[in-house]
Amino acid sequence: MYYTGIDIGSTSAKVIVLDGSNDVICRNVMPTGWSSVDTAEKIRRELAEAGINSECSKFVATGYGRISVPYADKTITEITCHGKGAAFLYEDDTCTVIDIGGQDTKIISIMKGQVIDFIMNDKCSAGTGRFLEIMASTLGVGLSELCNLARSGSGVSISSMCTVFAESEVVSLIGSGHSKEDIAYGIVDSITNKVKSLCGKLSADNTRIYLTGGLCESDYIIESLSDKLGIRILSNRNGRYAGALGAALSAKSIK
Amino acid sequence: MSFLDLPGRFDEFADARRQGFLKVKQIKEKGGKVAGIFCTFTPTEILDAAGLYTVGLCGMSEETIIDAEADLPRNLCPLIKSSYGFALTEKCPYTYFSDIIIGETTCDGKKKMYELLGEFKDTYIMQLPQGIDREYTLGMWEKELHLLIKELEKRFGVEITDEKLKKAVLKRNLQRSLYNELFELGKLDPPPLKGFDMYKVIEGSGFSFDLEENCSKLRELIDNTKEAYQRGNRPVSKDSKRILVTGCPIGGVLDKVVNTIESSGGVVVCFENCGGVKPVRHLVDEGAQDIVKAIAERYLKIGCSVMSPNIQRMQMLPELLKEFRVDGVMEIVLQACHTYSVEKREIKKIVNGAGLPYMAIETDYSKSDIGQIKTRISAFLEMEPLE
Ligand code: SF4
Ligand code: SF4
Repeated sequence: MYYTGIDIGSTSAKVIVLDGSNDVICRNVMPTGWSSVDTAEKIRRELAEAGINSECSKFVATGYGRISVPYADKTITEITCHGKGAAFLYEDDTCTVIDIGGQDTKIISIMKGQVIDFIMNDKCSAGTGRFLEIMASTLGVGLSELCNLARSGSGVSISSMCTVFAESEVVSLIGSGHSKEDIAYGIVDSITNKVKSLCGKLSADNTRIYLTGGLCESDYIIESLSDKLGIRILSNRNGRYAGALGAALSAKSIK
Repeated sequence: MSFLDLPGRFDEFADARRQGFLKVKQIKEKGGKVAGIFCTFTPTEILDAAGLYTVGLCGMSEETIIDAEADLPRNLCPLIKSSYGFALTEKCPYTYFSDIIIGETTCDGKKKMYELLGEFKDTYIMQLPQGIDREYTLGMWEKELHLLIKELEKRFGVEITDEKLKKAVLKRNLQRSLYNELFELGKLDPPPLKGFDMYKVIEGSGFSFDLEENCSKLRELIDNTKEAYQRGNRPVSKDSKRILVTGCPIGGVLDKVVNTIESSGGVVVCFENCGGVKPVRHLVDEGAQDIVKAIAERYLKIGCSVMSPNIQRMQMLPELLKEFRVDGVMEIVLQACHTYSVEKREIKKIVNGAGLPYMAIETDYSKSDIGQIKTRISAFLEMEPLE
């Protein structure tokens, strides 16, 4: 039997297939695009080609597009899945997980492998991956370049939490001749500040914090967050699969 | 709608707000006077004794917020904006027909809104003391009650006697006891009705205009529900997680929040807010010598976050957690409600301290955050109890 986790986030969709002994049989990531329904269908076809279908696998869907996966045996929220997935990925069943997602940022507190508390950003996009993306494109760079630039910048701070206002702040910073590096620094600084204040609202007294989600791939984000929180944040390159992994693990308990 | 599984009378309550439009019109045609209120601190016994018909005017829909924002700041609680908008646009027949609106100095947003409202509606504002830990508080509130009595006597040419007040107290106490009895049903495991339906009954009662009739209908409804339960009627699964809802008044977000909880594996067994147990848990001392003082005493027991410190709420919450065998607490904070928002920290401490999960949701009357709210609520209900 196989256990498939499908995590359809607002920017990318992640798939993990586990076998009975929790070994990863296959994994994949693709942009979600306009329609999560189409993405889910594409995933179904690709899995079928690889021989994974409803006869030999249980499917759990998660992420904001979880409702668009008609062939899922169960849907579970990304919060529960990220928690489970991270505990497994980092082999640590009592920890705090920060997930900076495309649409929202969540801080999840895990004890004995279970989610015991979590907090999400309010409905605006401040402090999310989307915020970073929009700011990067205002600067005319990609996400990873933004992070690289930020490393050698300093001194600038973006005060608006709202994406729309922050964007015009960035535009006027460009206009007044600030270097791209400094502005990039200000942008990353603003997001890590927001994440820090969210962390403060969670009653976690954890000493181990992990980052999951797409931003795991940026060392600078991890460093900057670690500085802010005064603790070394751990991560690894597979962090973006945490949600899909948690979903796949949850598929095991489906009768 | 889930009323299908419930014994008679439920649909009647759910429809009461609409039915009440006709009733209030008839009342006015016969020369009756209507008092509109916004808060559970309004001493309804006094309005009853003055022969006024009382109706709650809390705005519960987004519809008029845009109009209200012409006068009020955007960054204000949706309840305040919606209520003001309904008065401004004359879209709410209850507000329209109100001969007097009674307000209190509760939260900043509300009391300042009343000032604007007073420009085009007859309003009367009571000065509510906010520190029940001072010995002069009761005396001050009592004075306010006497002032209200005088004002109503003058305005409506009536006499408010102790005897009338005592009668009103008996009736209101009876109604409160019935509300409590209805809420107690939430203690059963599984409860014999959904929280949503329970809330609708209380909400509907506010539009009945005839206390006696309302009480006998409540009696019947409670008895029917109990009987159906005994016969084995189980509209709620016994696996549902038992949730206590606390925080701001939720009439305007009932569907978004309570229905989502109840369609994601939870059931609301207790409402610790204005439409729930908070304002009815305490009764007026019927045998008191000084009836006005007794009324004043009761109202100061309401644990609303406008009080500072809010001793009553912090005392009652742990009791409710035990009594209703709650599995988790969800706090609903309306956007820009500072008093409840700040109190979240204390509430969370109490709840976590009792070994239970807590989550706060900040929301408004719009539909824009439905997806996010669903995710949060589902994730909250997915949490496994810790051993
Ligand atoms: S929350 Fe407080 S101020 Fe608002 S209606 Fe209830 S008692 Fe009144
Ligand atoms: S919900 Fe809060 S801000 Fe709104 S009226 Fe009530 S106390 Fe005031």
